[in-house]
Amino acid sequence: MGINWLKYSAPQAFYPLAGKLIPWFSIVAALAIAVGLYIGLLVAPTDFQQGESYRIIFVHVPAAWMSMFLYVVMALWAGFGMGLNARLSFMMAQAIAPTGAMFTFLALLTGAMWGKPTWGAWWVWDARLTSELILLFQYAGVMLLRTSIDDLRRADRASGVFALVGVVNVPIIYFSVKWWNTLHQGASVSMTGGSKMAATMLTAMLLMTFGFWMYSMAVILSRSRCVILEREQLLSWNKSASTPEPVEVR
Amino acid sequence: MTRPGMWDALCGVVRRDLLLAMRRRSDAAMPVFFLVIVASLFPLGVGPEPAVLRTIGPGVLWVAALLACLLSLGRVFTADYLDGVLEQMVLIAQPLPVLVVGKVFAHWVIAGVPVVLLSPLLGMQFGLDGEAVAVLALSLLLGTPTLSMIGTIGAALVLGVRGSGLLVALLVLPLYVPVLIFGAGAVASSLAGVGAEANLSLLGACLVLSLFFAPWATAAALRIALE
Amino acid sequence: MLQAVALSCMRGERRLFVDVNVTVEPGTLLTVVGENGSGKTSFLRILTSLLSPEAGAVLWQGQDIRQLKEQYYAQLTYIGHLNGVKDDLTPVENLMASAGLTGDHHSNPLVQDALESVGLKRMVHRLPTKVLSQGQRRRVALARLWLSTHPLWLLDEPFTSLDTASTALVTERLQSHLRGGGLAVVVTHQEVALPSDVIQRLRLNG
Repeated sequence: MGINWLKYSAPQAFYPLAGKLIPWFSIVAALAIAVGLYIGLLVAPTDFQQGESYRIIFVHVPAAWMSMFLYVVMALWAGFGMGLNARLSFMMAQAIAPTGAMFTFLALLTGAMWGKPTWGAWWVWDARLTSELILLFQYAGVMLLRTSIDDLRRADRASGVFALVGVVNVPIIYFSVKWWNTLHQGASVSMTGGSKMAATMLTAMLLMTFGFWMYSMAVILSRSRCVILEREQLLSWNKSASTPEPVEVR
Repeated sequence: MTRPGMWDALCGVVRRDLLLAMRRRSDAAMPVFFLVIVASLFPLGVGPEPAVLRTIGPGVLWVAALLACLLSLGRVFTADYLDGVLEQMVLIAQPLPVLVVGKVFAHWVIAGVPVVLLSPLLGMQFGLDGEAVAVLALSLLLGTPTLSMIGTIGAALVLGVRGSGLLVALLVLPLYVPVLIFGAGAVASSLAGVGAEANLSLLGACLVLSLFFAPWATAAALRIALE
Repeated sequence: MLQAVALSCMRGERRLFVDVNVTVEPGTLLTVVGENGSGKTSFLRILTSLLSPEAGAVLWQGQDIRQLKEQYYAQLTYIGHLNGVKDDLTPVENLMASAGLTGDHHSNPLVQDALESVGLKRMVHRLPTKVLSQGQRRRVALARLWLSTHPLWLLDEPFTSLDTASTALVTERLQSHLRGGGLAVVVTHQEVALPSDVIQRLRLNG
């Protein structure tokens, strides 16, 4: 209470604040992930159907959750940026994309590693896996579009529009692939297995998710600091290069 | 929310684009030739086994239609952007999304309708029977406008960007997945004797949804591109 | 009345101009001059709302043009440095098409009159625009001024690639527009041959 949050919407004020927060997020992330992994790998009971290999879901499921969560957050920041014409919002969106893409990739990788012993195949056209794959393409699209456009303002906005369009698309894809699977009578195995999950398993899963979330915060904040520096440097470099002259109006 | 002259402006956009396509008929015909060639390559690649062709037919034809649509996307706004007509279009006393609908409709007439009309012929190449051919044409009729709708968002986003041809494919193809699934699914389920109604209604739903959202996204992207 | 209030503009990382204030009254012309890269075109594009200023606002009859949107466009005729003319269409088709979009239904003879007013002979009216010369194409674009009933004209270098005779014709048209109570903003590196009491000059230093 009493803190003027709006103050931090200026990159200059945000920069030191982010710097102060990063170590805390990092520590919390490391702790949560360490405890989560300990419970998930050593404490949680062995699954009577899948044996030990199921334990990869303690990485897979949180990574998949984070990948989708971060995409929505990225789109929200981009939307704010366009609605309020706020530069910091776009910088946040830019900083989120690589981390989101990383989690998407991690989810796909661990999904494949889990799929091999469980389904006997590295890749199955399961609705969740396919949606994750498309999500990865969309992250790639957002980042590619940004890097292809030289003008920063346009790059921010164009990739923002694409991110927002993607938000509508992902649920439709999930639904459509599910529909498609039932039609083809393919692998109708669901990723989380039985719905009855032991309390320890749930604890581990939630702890890992929390850890990943805190990790994302730390990484995104430090990346946004880089983005701010990069952009402000461009600005100041140019300011010193061109002599600002008052405009004469007659 | 109709304004005076809105319908005129919409028709004006369509008329001009169709007139331009008539002047450059060979350009307009190229995606269709592409579709026919790609569809003909598949039997050569996988072998003439009728059962195999019938199984892969719906998917192959839909993917080919999707790629043909993609090829023609570059033309929707690029010329207008380069010769300044796009600027003029943005500065008209009509809502830009409405004009975008005109552009999309013209694109569909030029690139989508020929695909729909040719599809029965191509379907027969793949050994689809009468009902499946009809479902194929119907699914394309419902699906290709959605492809044009979604595609123009991508086309507007990459206007004037280097390497835009490839970039638009990378942006738009993931967005095409649901249409592809429902479209090919409609034909496949008709072949399997399940009935295509469910898939066709989902295609219709996609069309309605894209009709609501895509013109706004495209209009926003055009304004961004013109800055 | 068109007002620019405290306009600042950034392109990429470059600051083009800051705090430009100017008012254009009905019946007067504002010419925008300055070196290449001083932001003349950006200034004009801000007036059309194609470009957003970094700071400041543009007011039409006292209201922000970003709020007015289409209502403002209904008052506006803009000719950019791109002609907005389709190479594959004839001059007549081009003008008919753009009139169709703005909601003005001009008859064929009216369009031909406009083309003749800008010095394009009847024989080129039915040729595809791509076979015309640069100057002729520019004149096709400028013929829209003879069809325009909008009070505000924003013109970006209208006289480029025009010969002296056509320049005089366009200047004459500008004058009659101003006499009718119209406003115009013209980006140009040439002097506009109009009485100095209706001209206001804005010089941008990059």
